[in-house]
Amino acid sequence: MRRIIRNVRVLDPVDGFDAITDLGIEDGKITTRGPVPRDFQAEEILDATGLVACPGFIESSFQGHSPGHGRDGDLASELRAAVAGGVTRVVLRPDTQPVADTPAVLQEQRLTAESLGLARVHVSGALSMGLQGQALTEMAALQEAGALVFSQAKEPIRNAALLRLALSYAADLGCPVLLHPEDADLAAQGVMNESGLSMRLGLPGRSATAELVGIQRDLAVAALSDCPVFFPQLSTAAAIAAVQTARQRGEAVHCGVSIHHLLLTEQDVGYFNVHAKVLPPLRSLAERDALRRAVAAGEVAAISSDHCPWGIDREGMTFIQAPFGISAVEWLLPLTLRLVDDGLITLMDALKLLSSGPAEALGLPPPTLQVGGAADICLFDPEAGFTLNPVSGASRGRNLPYAQWDLRGRVRYTLVGGRVVYRG
Amino acid sequence: MSLQTFRLGDGNPQYDTQGRLRHLLSTEGLRERDLLQILDTAESFLSIAQRSVKKTPTLRGKTIVNLFFENSTRTRSTFELAAKRLSADVLNIAASTSSTSKGESLIDTVDNLMAMQVDGFVIRHPEAGAAHLIARHLGDSALVINAGDGQHAHPTQALLDVFTIRRLAGPIEGRVVAIVGDILHSRVARSQIHALSILGCPEIRVIGPRTLVPKELASLGVHVYHDLQAGLRGVDVICALRLQKERMESHRLPSLDEFHRRFGLTPERLQWAQPHALVLHPGPMNRGVEIASEVADGNQAVILQQVSHGLAVRMAVLTLLAGAAGGGESHA
Repeated sequence: MRRIIRNVRVLDPVDGFDAITDLGIEDGKITTRGPVPRDFQAEEILDATGLVACPGFIESSFQGHSPGHGRDGDLASELRAAVAGGVTRVVLRPDTQPVADTPAVLQEQRLTAESLGLARVHVSGALSMGLQGQALTEMAALQEAGALVFSQAKEPIRNAALLRLALSYAADLGCPVLLHPEDADLAAQGVMNESGLSMRLGLPGRSATAELVGIQRDLAVAALSDCPVFFPQLSTAAAIAAVQTARQRGEAVHCGVSIHHLLLTEQDVGYFNVHAKVLPPLRSLAERDALRRAVAAGEVAAISSDHCPWGIDREGMTFIQAPFGISAVEWLLPLTLRLVDDGLITLMDALKLLSSGPAEALGLPPPTLQVGGAADICLFDPEAGFTLNPVSGASRGRNLPYAQWDLRGRVRYTLVGGRVVYRG
Repeated sequence: MSLQTFRLGDGNPQYDTQGRLRHLLSTEGLRERDLLQILDTAESFLSIAQRSVKKTPTLRGKTIVNLFFENSTRTRSTFELAAKRLSADVLNIAASTSSTSKGESLIDTVDNLMAMQVDGFVIRHPEAGAAHLIARHLGDSALVINAGDGQHAHPTQALLDVFTIRRLAGPIEGRVVAIVGDILHSRVARSQIHALSILGCPEIRVIGPRTLVPKELASLGVHVYHDLQAGLRGVDVICALRLQKERMESHRLPSLDEFHRRFGLTPERLQWAQPHALVLHPGPMNRGVEIASEVADGNQAVILQQVSHGLAVRMAVLTLLAGAAGGGESHA
């Protein structure tokens, strides 16, 4: 099928292209970025006046709850939310039920995703059996079953010797490894940032030090292997600085932050607001501002929604009982545009942090709208304002702390391989 | 000295939109006049306890549910007695026999009781925020009193403590108060600190080992001591805390004996404080651990008065909250 997108502001972070022009699409690829030849016969012409076209976004941390019982969402509901957010590529978290530590689970995830035909789905293999950090998974078999990366989801490996072996073994296969850097004993059973606020609320705290100790160990161990490592969600400036130091030594390390840690602070927990319960925990205002400076300075590769939906059965839990996670993939773009409005980064930077940045950290080619690139495109209206209503989302998750936020930036079309998978 | 002011995500849920106290969830954020009104109302209830007929008709026709997910003797029985002396009907529900042990959610339990047209809940729960959760769910439809939620708050205990201090040691504006022991895990200590601070206590000290007294406590405006002698010097009131045996398993203390060696209140150590300094303890006591029997049974201890005061304070809280519910039947 051939399509023309007319009068659209094309923003391509890969080569910095920024102009109002046309895009021609054929056989799932971009064939023209500029005036489309007169003889190009399109079946559909989209008039995209006032809209921005950019490469579709990549969500590197996506809890699809598949396999799972479905009450908290499944690939069907959550991928619908993803494409409604302009996300065209997701990496599934391996902490499903059962854990994605056998080829059968990965195959099932891929078959389900393919039959839905929404966003492109990459499966990840668990780095250790059951994510328990005690035995290696059959990584070669998982890679054959489609694993793009190996991941520990939100579980640190306590045993440093096993971590070393796991990273070395993964390095043989050339797959990046995603780690959650945290000292498990220091983090203990903490449910929010350890601070004066956690003390006042009587909630067990999780200290920033646990992340610093965790990442220093992980980086030191990773330096013994040749394995590329990606820390998708850091929450402290000290951890980002440690990654910067490792990168300056020439190590293949990347880091990202979730949009939540750039917009929210521990004060959003307020009086036990379970929707602000996330891992790593929301930190202090000073820490959030330091993270924002690190993003502005280009020290962070990727911004993620760290999508983790929980269904309505989970409402009514106490803060300690409630599971960690925020369901926000659908609102990733407008939330990230807050950083642009705050003067922290340019619109082009924002789009890069949502597309080519995470691609690089995941070892994927950068998504681009240059001729020959896959037509994975997000078309959004940057000026469309709205008040966020969690019930209006496609996700089955209602767990997000952004209800009633006034945002701008609505996704109008999402294309994957030239097919329109979402119209808003 | 005042508490560091915190901006919180939403309004204080114990007040309704008109600013009336609808629930008692924490001493944090209580207005001074509401706190004083509770204490003053409790004074009037103390005298009722001396009468031969100890009942008032204040809550006649109302039903109060004691919903306890944790064991309690003093708090549960004084709440029960307080409600009964106000002529309310009282329903006692203990977690071990309740349907939550069959998997029912807290909110469903509360909704089922609401379907029986009850007017108020006194709730104790092992997790911080449980009373807030119920209060937010019920809004104006019933009153909620937090009788202890995890390590967060135990407001009526703190109110009875400041009531006791005010009665027996004089105005709080002129008293130095030390809280001794496991502050980290203590909902009583947290609530005491806020209540004392609101009432203008000029100096609140906390004393204990660093493993049980986190440095973030200083953000509450308290003075932190890790040495009992230094901490007790010049103190008018000593609030001992119960030391839970579980603290040994989490390696926060090497042994109970070692805790007693460093922080146990003995008659000799009491000399470090002001002469006639009051000794409070919320109970249940571990004699020979945080407090020696000579102190617990000595003439400076006011531990049993605390229990009597607790009854009056809980009657006051029930009366004021039920009055705010619009019945207009407040205690005369």
